Amino acid sequence: MEKTLSSLPVGAEGRISVIIAEGLMRRRLMDLGFVPGTKVGCLRHSPAGDPTAYLVRGTVIALRKEDAACVHIY
Amino acid sequence: MNQINSSFDKRQQCNTPAANVSDRVVETIYQQAERIAARAVSGTGSPKTDWTRILDNILTSKFLGYPIMLALLGLIFWLTIEGANVPSGLIADFLFGIEEHLSAAFMTIGAPGWLHGILVLGMYKTLAWVVSVMLPPMAIFFPLFTLLEDLGYLPRIAFNFDNAFKKAKACGKQALTMCMGFGCNAAGVIACRIIDSPRERLIATLTNNFVPCNGRFPTLIAVATIFMGGAVASTYETAAAAAVVTGLVLLGITVTLITSWALSSTMLQGEPSSMTLELPPYRKPQVGAILYRSIIDRTIFVLMRAVTVAVPAGAITWLLANIFIGNLSILSHCANFLAPIGHAIGLDGFILMAFILGLPANEIVVPILIMAYMSSGYMLEFESLGELRDLFIANGWTWLTAVNTMLFSLLHWPCATTLISIKKETGSSKWTWIAFLLPTIIAFIVCFLVAQTTYFFGWV
Repeated sequence: MEKTLSSLPVGAEGRISVIIAEGLMRRRLMDLGFVPGTKVGCLRHSPAGDPTAYLVRGTVIALRKEDAACVHIY
Repeated sequence: MNQINSSFDKRQQCNTPAANVSDRVVETIYQQAERIAARAVSGTGSPKTDWTRILDNILTSKFLGYPIMLALLGLIFWLTIEGANVPSGLIADFLFGIEEHLSAAFMTIGAPGWLHGILVLGMYKTLAWVVSVMLPPMAIFFPLFTLLEDLGYLPRIAFNFDNAFKKAKACGKQALTMCMGFGCNAAGVIACRIIDSPRERLIATLTNNFVPCNGRFPTLIAVATIFMGGAVASTYETAAAAAVVTGLVLLGITVTLITSWALSSTMLQGEPSSMTLELPPYRKPQVGAILYRSIIDRTIFVLMRAVTVAVPAGAITWLLANIFIGNLSILSHCANFLAPIGHAIGLDGFILMAFILGLPANEIVVPILIMAYMSSGYMLEFESLGELRDLFIANGWTWLTAVNTMLFSLLHWPCATTLISIKKETGSSKWTWIAFLLPTIIAFIVCFLVAQTTYFFGWV
């Protein structure tokens, strides 16, 4: 079972291997910089637990758990 | 290149029928862009303190996040109420002073009574009420809100609230459109364009009405100050009123979430779409420039609206109050007709009528109500909002009337401008009608329940 972005603990970093989202979400993620090979870091969770803020290419993007689970990292 | 190839292989292993060609195109574009950026862009080294991260750790933290949001909201209302007090009084003194001179002038030139009535007692007076009671809070709240927006805080509100919206099967960006609704519901409706899914966009549009817009705040503030503030020691007056208004806003947000959930489960079924939210770095807002520009802009905007909407409404109100059928004015006839419905929901006929006449612009509701009450002959020297209290009590107001007026103002139908915006944005008459009926029905039900429970237990 590969590690996904949603399992990344706060403060940890990883590199993107695959994005298994489809359609609109896939485009959106790739447009925002979530491209295979990119370094991603987990910054913090929302006070409600979801979404989570990730640092990618110098920008902070918040993703919901289901969507973050589509991004596999190593 | 090796990494990309290996990830490409992994994708093949996953059997994902992705558009592999477009993926590789995107990846190579990014590589190219990175190469160029690495050569061309030079950084200033890491900044001394990452303020954004420090602030975010506090503002979106588990324990402090929500309380801080609440406190900020309350603070904004407190500043609005406190700051509007003195200007309100000054403007009122000035404008009503002029009214006396106007009346004297009319008498000197021997103008007919009805002309004096329409122009001075109707149009000018309503204008004076709107400008003195409604304008100052609006001119203060909007700039404060703009300041918060410019700071970059709004995405953090969406970040904190997204989970609640996800549970309501709505889009997280609805938190942002909801915030825009605080400024103006029509602007909030247009802001719903940022939501891609048509289903979720419609939900956001229909529920935008439940946050009070800039025009409804003065109504809430006025009633809260008059009744709630008057019930506590004068040092805590503003704080009490601010607390009440904050509570109402929270109620509005709760109703938004519940209605969104209900719509998602019935008329607008579907699964929540994905959401990406950018949290940009905080900006130091140009406080002076924003305050100056915003106050001036808002004042001009409200004044123009007052002239185009309040003045005619004032004329109509005066006419209705002074044209008699039988031995009652048309106004009294209407109020009597609406009285049973009004009483059932804890209001009275006049209040209901003021809300109906306030369809073009929410800020004229209280002025029309004042005018309607005064047409029965009550003389009013406007020193402060406290005078209004006597006027209302003389017309049968109780704490229940105050509470239900505020509830009705919060929940009732959207103003004409918003309805027009909804029609333009949705392109559908059906949804515009629903946008009108849904809040109205909810307002009636809520007020009915509150009123009947109070009557039943004999609390009033």
